[in-house]
Amino acid sequence: MDRINPERTPIIKVENLVKKFGSFVADDNLTFNVYPGEIFGFLGANGAGKTTAIRMICGLLEPTSGRLEVAGYDGYHEREKIKRNIGYMSQKFSLYEDLTIYENIRLFAGIYGISRKVRLEKTDEMLKKLQLEESRNKLVGGLPLGWKQKLAFSLAIFHHPKVVFLDEPSGGVDPLTRRTFWDLINEAAHQGITIFVTTHYMDEAEYCDRVAIMSEGKIVALDTPAALKAKYQADSMDGVFLKIARNKE
Amino acid sequence: MRTILYLLQKEFIQVFRNKGMLPIIFIMPLVQMLILVFAATMELKMIDITVVDLDLSETSTRLTAKLESSSFFHLTRAQLSPSETDKILLKGKTDVVITFPQGFESDLKRNDQASVQILIDAINGSAAELSNAYLQTVIGSYNQKVRAEMMGVPKFTPPEQVQVIPSYWYNPELNFKFYMAPGVLVILVTIIGLFLSSLNLVREKEMGTIEQLNVTPIKKYHFIIGKMMPFLIIALLDLTFGLIVAKVAFGLPFRGNILTLYVFTSLYLFLVLSIGLFVSAISDTQQQVLFVSFFFLIIFIIMSGLFTPVESMPVWAQNLDMINPIYYLIRIIRNVVLKGSGLLDMTRELIYLSIYGLLMFSLAVWRYRKTV
Amino acid sequence: MNQLLGFIKKEFTHIFRDTRTMVILFGIPIIQLMLFGYVITTEIKDARIAILDHSNDNVTREIKNKILSSGYFLLEANLLQENEIDPIFKKGDVKQVIVFERNFAQRLEREGKANIQVIADASDPNTAQMLYNYTNGIVQDYTKKKYAGFTIPVQIKSEVRMLYNENMVGAFMFVPGTMALILMLISAMMTSITIAREKEMGTMEILLVSPLKAPHIILGKVAPYLLLSVIDAFVVVFLGNVVFGVPIRGSLFVLAFLVILYISMALSLGILISTVANSQQVAMFISGFALMLPTILLSGFIYPIENMPYALQILSNFMPPRWFIDALKQVMLKGNGLEYIWPNILILSAMTIFFLALSVKKFKLRLE
Repeated sequence: MDRINPERTPIIKVENLVKKFGSFVADDNLTFNVYPGEIFGFLGANGAGKTTAIRMICGLLEPTSGRLEVAGYDGYHEREKIKRNIGYMSQKFSLYEDLTIYENIRLFAGIYGISRKVRLEKTDEMLKKLQLEESRNKLVGGLPLGWKQKLAFSLAIFHHPKVVFLDEPSGGVDPLTRRTFWDLINEAAHQGITIFVTTHYMDEAEYCDRVAIMSEGKIVALDTPAALKAKYQADSMDGVFLKIARNKE
Repeated sequence: MRTILYLLQKEFIQVFRNKGMLPIIFIMPLVQMLILVFAATMELKMIDITVVDLDLSETSTRLTAKLESSSFFHLTRAQLSPSETDKILLKGKTDVVITFPQGFESDLKRNDQASVQILIDAINGSAAELSNAYLQTVIGSYNQKVRAEMMGVPKFTPPEQVQVIPSYWYNPELNFKFYMAPGVLVILVTIIGLFLSSLNLVREKEMGTIEQLNVTPIKKYHFIIGKMMPFLIIALLDLTFGLIVAKVAFGLPFRGNILTLYVFTSLYLFLVLSIGLFVSAISDTQQQVLFVSFFFLIIFIIMSGLFTPVESMPVWAQNLDMINPIYYLIRIIRNVVLKGSGLLDMTRELIYLSIYGLLMFSLAVWRYRKTV
Repeated sequence: MNQLLGFIKKEFTHIFRDTRTMVILFGIPIIQLMLFGYVITTEIKDARIAILDHSNDNVTREIKNKILSSGYFLLEANLLQENEIDPIFKKGDVKQVIVFERNFAQRLEREGKANIQVIADASDPNTAQMLYNYTNGIVQDYTKKKYAGFTIPVQIKSEVRMLYNENMVGAFMFVPGTMALILMLISAMMTSITIAREKEMGTMEILLVSPLKAPHIILGKVAPYLLLSVIDAFVVVFLGNVVFGVPIRGSLFVLAFLVILYISMALSLGILISTVANSQQVAMFISGFALMLPTILLSGFIYPIENMPYALQILSNFMPPRWFIDALKQVMLKGNGLEYIWPNILILSAMTIFFLALSVKKFKLRLE
């Protein structure tokens, strides 16, 4: 917990954020802050409104009402400035499958204006870390899913953003791969990148510094995993989640 | 600005890596051009005519022989009853049945005029009209000859005569291919450029890859230019190949300045691809883009003057062609290639295309949303 | 069986709910008919011309009046010199320049002969010839009227009858052509794209591992377009008949049979394309490029097949629309029945079977 300093100004400020699709309320009055250096988790079942929330905060979706500020910029009028300071990894793998690993890196590095020299250095470093040096010129489409996800994550933080948003980053892979994936996340957090992650895996919630539990578009609980477990007298996040679900009934 | 280069690089890699599309982009248009330009012709080659000669006089047999000697006609002589005539026409065994009635020659001598009955199967309208025109020419000249013989003067002339002498500029042999080749080329270049770029953009939406771009600080007009330039260049390549084919295969003369042609075509592609990208920007799936583009493409092509002259349309429709990009380019290419028109001859087109292009480009950039 | 019905129902709602698609699917045939019916004509009106009158006497003025009041021509410019002709053609608006020689009336009176030169922009050869014919006709008519009392001796008169389309109504041509084009568009193109879409999005594999059998999946995908095509065919025939007066002289039953056969052929072709194409883009280019233009140009829709070079006449035999358009015209215009169109039916059926067999073969190869 030494990374986090709650005295500092929050990097993400969300106040009464609402998103409606027609008459359907996807996100209902979300209010929370995320502090620099934190690993912040959004936990909830499918359809709880996690993805809608993360897309609004990233500037991919226009909020219906409420206040939103990311890295000191307004979420309505300064979206492009926000985008300079964030990275994003979507639920669906969205790198170009018909480009090679290096070509994908070159494209996104180019868009963020990273110089050729820095790009080459960082590429070597990154591929080494991922043990993908030999696949540098292979098409991304041919990689196994676990590797794709690691690559997507590494690319999302390639330009060293202040915050990186991960929407269900480890869906569909085995627990072991998930474990190594979280090693990467932790490492990024230690480099000072704030992590905002959504998941429906309860075990992943344990890795977060703080967790917001969402249900039907509302945040129903928000605290550190330890505090949540204490409050709901459960020995795992799974237990916490079950209790909350039961309480609702 | 560097961002655009990275985007262009990416698009080019993707296009050239897609082995299924390469022959479609570079070979199919040329094959189509070769086939379609040869197919589109109004010069009649072979008309099947059946002559039913009930007179069997000198005048009728000589006319029959004259028709037979024409390279346009394939002639059969037969003695058919009216019901048999009906039948071969219904079956489509013959295109024309010419019947000389009994007493044809004696009528001509006695009454100064005689009738020959011509039945033409008109289910193919334009072929029927052409057949009739050829027949009338042959019969007309035979008529003059017979008249001269019977009246004993070398050539019959009315008292005063105004001769109207045609002279066909820019295409004295009336070669229809010179007319069709530029038109077909425009259509092929349009289809390649328009669909490649507009389907490409919306495909990124469908596949979800656009999200990864939308969370970057990429500028909207950079993005749109990145989606346009590669396909504009590919379309210009196709234009170049097409012009070479037209030159080699059809002997298309090239009177104008090649640079003029590329300036206009680039402007045109800027406009058309902007329209395509605008449609893409407001659609979610490739199917929607296809339907909308096809809808307008069909209307634009029919009204463009490709198959039928623009002058044959009512004035309101001609005015409507103001917004038809294809109309402009077909007209421009024909002018440049066949007549040697330059930029100065077509300043109006130059201005229209530029303004129209900028307008549609702005619309496309404006309607492209980085948020959903 | 229930699964299949459920699947078909899903596909139907999927397509019919998309209003934009529906508007376009029904809009295209209607708009196209209207364009051919009211916009595209074989007659030229208001062609822009320029006149260079070296003589400017009362005879040339009379002839000019005749020409300009004919309705065929609009005067764009009066030229003064020969060297103005090329620049005005280069601008592209003026299609024809009429040049009267010097001392026109004088020559006509003294020598009985005077010349008008018609310089036509033959970059469009058809228009050039047509405009020349109009001009010549008007001038000859003028001289003929001047000597109205004069009759030409020894005349062979042609009594021409344009059978099955006595008034040469354009609609008799474009209604069958439009039908061939639209049905090809909806049946072959839409089907190939829909199936290619499933492949592209990776959903085809999900369908293939479902309890639905492969032929059922294809059937489910194809059924809505079959219905749409039949409705569109009906719309075209109805509009053609009611609005443009295209007759249906043959049996409605034969007509319906022919249309459904052609639709089946087009659907099979669409399925075949989708077995080759892995993306919507490829499917679209194959069906849009390789089918659309030949349907218009190699089928006899616009350009008569008899005029084509021999090699293309052979090639046109492999174009299904050629046989359909021919049969359609026979049934609608000539009133022919099966005893006349059976070769067309046979060829179209053979094509359908061929496309289907090839698709099945390709499909099996892929699965193995």
